[in-house]
Amino acid sequence: MKSPKRTLVAGVAVLATVTALAGCSAGGDEGSASGKTELRVATFPPGADAAAYDAFAAQEKQFEKEHPDIDIIGVEYEWEGPTFAVQLAGGSLPDVFTVPFTDSKTLLENGQLMDVTDAIDELGYTDRFNPIILDGVTGDDGKLYGFPRQAYAAALHYNRDLFEQAGLDPDNPPQTWDEIREAAKAITDATGKAGYAQMAINNTGGWQLTSQTVARGGRTQTDNGDGTAESTIDNDATKAALQFLHDLKWTDGSFGSKVDLDWGTINQEFAAGNIGMYTSGSDIYTALVRDFGMDSAIYGMTVVPLEGDDPGTLGGGDIAVMSPTIDETTKAAGVEWIDWYYMQKLMDKDAAVLDAKTLDESGQAVGTPLLPVLSRELYDESQEWIADYINVPVDQMKPFSERIWDQTPVGEPKVKTQEVYSLLDSVVQTVLTDQNADIDALLAQVQTEAQAKLDE
Amino acid sequence: MTMTLSEQRAAVEDSPPPAARRPRRRSPLTWYRGGGLANLVFVLPMLFVFVFFSWSPIVQSVIMSLQKTNLIVAEWVGFDNYLAVIGDPELGRAVINTLWFAVLALLFGFPLPLLIAVLMSEVRRGKGLYSALAYLPVVIPPVVAVLLWKFFYSADPSGVFNTVLGWVGIPPQPWIQDAVQAMPSLVLEATWAGAGGSIIIYLAALLGVPPELYDAAEVDGAGIWKKVWHVTLPQLRGILFIMLILQVIATAQVFLEPFLFTGGGPAGATKTVLLYIYDKAFRNSLGGDYGEATAVSVLLAIVLAVLSWLYFKLTDRWSTT
Repeated sequence: MKSPKRTLVAGVAVLATVTALAGCSAGGDEGSASGKTELRVATFPPGADAAAYDAFAAQEKQFEKEHPDIDIIGVEYEWEGPTFAVQLAGGSLPDVFTVPFTDSKTLLENGQLMDVTDAIDELGYTDRFNPIILDGVTGDDGKLYGFPRQAYAAALHYNRDLFEQAGLDPDNPPQTWDEIREAAKAITDATGKAGYAQMAINNTGGWQLTSQTVARGGRTQTDNGDGTAESTIDNDATKAALQFLHDLKWTDGSFGSKVDLDWGTINQEFAAGNIGMYTSGSDIYTALVRDFGMDSAIYGMTVVPLEGDDPGTLGGGDIAVMSPTIDETTKAAGVEWIDWYYMQKLMDKDAAVLDAKTLDESGQAVGTPLLPVLSRELYDESQEWIADYINVPVDQMKPFSERIWDQTPVGEPKVKTQEVYSLLDSVVQTVLTDQNADIDALLAQVQTEAQAKLDE
Repeated sequence: MTMTLSEQRAAVEDSPPPAARRPRRRSPLTWYRGGGLANLVFVLPMLFVFVFFSWSPIVQSVIMSLQKTNLIVAEWVGFDNYLAVIGDPELGRAVINTLWFAVLALLFGFPLPLLIAVLMSEVRRGKGLYSALAYLPVVIPPVVAVLLWKFFYSADPSGVFNTVLGWVGIPPQPWIQDAVQAMPSLVLEATWAGAGGSIIIYLAALLGVPPELYDAAEVDGAGIWKKVWHVTLPQLRGILFIMLILQVIATAQVFLEPFLFTGGGPAGATKTVLLYIYDKAFRNSLGGDYGEATAVSVLLAIVLAVLSWLYFKLTDRWSTT
């Protein structure tokens, strides 16, 4: 030993490293120092305004008062394609989170969701759900893997202010695709803004194209009922939907200049007053006001025009689920939370009123039109319970809420949903960036590609 | 380290005779007495971090490229992933896009910093100011720079660049909203962002050109362009070549610009190899094809390793300049 001192210093260095790395290891200990069950729950996307945090803090307090043995930890969460699978594998998802209908089937087939059949039975909800919606959370084994929480239908959102500037009547929004085209041109001619816009990237292009195909009476996929499906993208309705985009962009010049929008950015553009009309889910009002600072006076919503011989309104929604890796205690706490936070307000008057009151006091949107996950009667009733707290401009949403019940809801394609959407993104982008795009050839090609994906 | 001394001796005798001037193998005892243990202990943390954060993921991804996995369950599929991606026309397109980026980056990005550096080396006063100005874009965080340029590239007639074009009577351009214009737009931003670093290197290299060469050229009656052509460029030949290889290696890994500007669009016109890998792995919400994604990564790594080897060979040869 020439230099014991040096060895000692080095030893300390090693110790320091090991300690630092040990600190990196996941601290998945259940239960906090106070002996409560810690429950990590999804809240809202990052970037929400302070009021959203206030509302959640108030609700957290209410819940913990009723359940003194549970400690709720809110986690910012947004369902995002690219990160979800990695978070799932890495174990960094909250214990309770929400996923879209489109992905629930695949997740439960992969064994990535917690079985909650007993909990739903115990709460007595099994018979109360809308059966079409319940099907989306039922596995091949007949078990239930989540609580359907809310549903939306496709809607046409429009800027009332731009309508007025263009000499259009904001209380009589367009009712056919041709009228939408005329209105879009009028808006662009009068204001120079985009009369109409549509999402085109990150799978939202495929999502909206599918939605408009259904609205024109076509379908992009036929389900064989055994986990396989036939691609039917190459149909007249999809072709008409693409031709519509082409005409607005290249013939009328009313589409606007941005062809690289997705769910977030199109909302941002609309909230900033740069878009006359666009289609998206009926549930976005909350996000427009909360996350994008829209002035509610400009907002108008109506149904998506239906035409053709079997048209429908594409619907979707999300499901409150739990990670399959949590232990029994946490699962029990999770069921309590889902029931309290998501479900009770749909069926219990006191809970509905409390929820509406809390949200209203924090300046959050109350009363955004949704589709019922239970029954329509119950939904209508719940809207009456909270009538005093509804703070969204209901009259500006009337064109939607009065007509939506006459439309047939259609679910999103079930097999390889997002992958096919991704293929369709490219088709939408080509039509919007290439004036001479051959729509027939594009559809024939994407049909082949989609079928190959389905057959994998 | 469980060899007995006799075994060691045997091993030494079996091994081929040591080359000339190679030091004799030290026994563990002398290694230990020479403070070898302390050295090893000092290296350990570093080694640990490297193995843990750098080498193990590399090995992991090679393993993953032979599997079909969703990160939770994995099954071995041999070279299927490689065959699948090599047969994927989309990868071919991504390679062509990447090469197109590289070519454009050479056209815009290679001569420009050199030109600026030569001009800057000619100025007498305020050299520091010019250097600072040239280097400024490098200091701006890349994501901020891209978002800023995205705003400049607004396709509205009221967009920043379109307004400037409007002053000289050019109609508004779609920039990144168009399949043909998107890639050059990306390269323009990347050049702006990266030129500063190259300029500084060229400036340093220019200082190494002996002034008497210029004097001699002047005596022969050469003007500034002749001087640049006959003196500066030949003197910089080595560094130019090194910069070229480095740039090719860098452009092969282009990700940030297409990812942030266009997400690979419009209609796949700016989808580069790295973005292709990203999409393969993360595009699909329920776990992408990690096996195929890592297979492309491994292939790309091999190509880059060859380029890097070339770079080292050449830098050895040019190291005299």
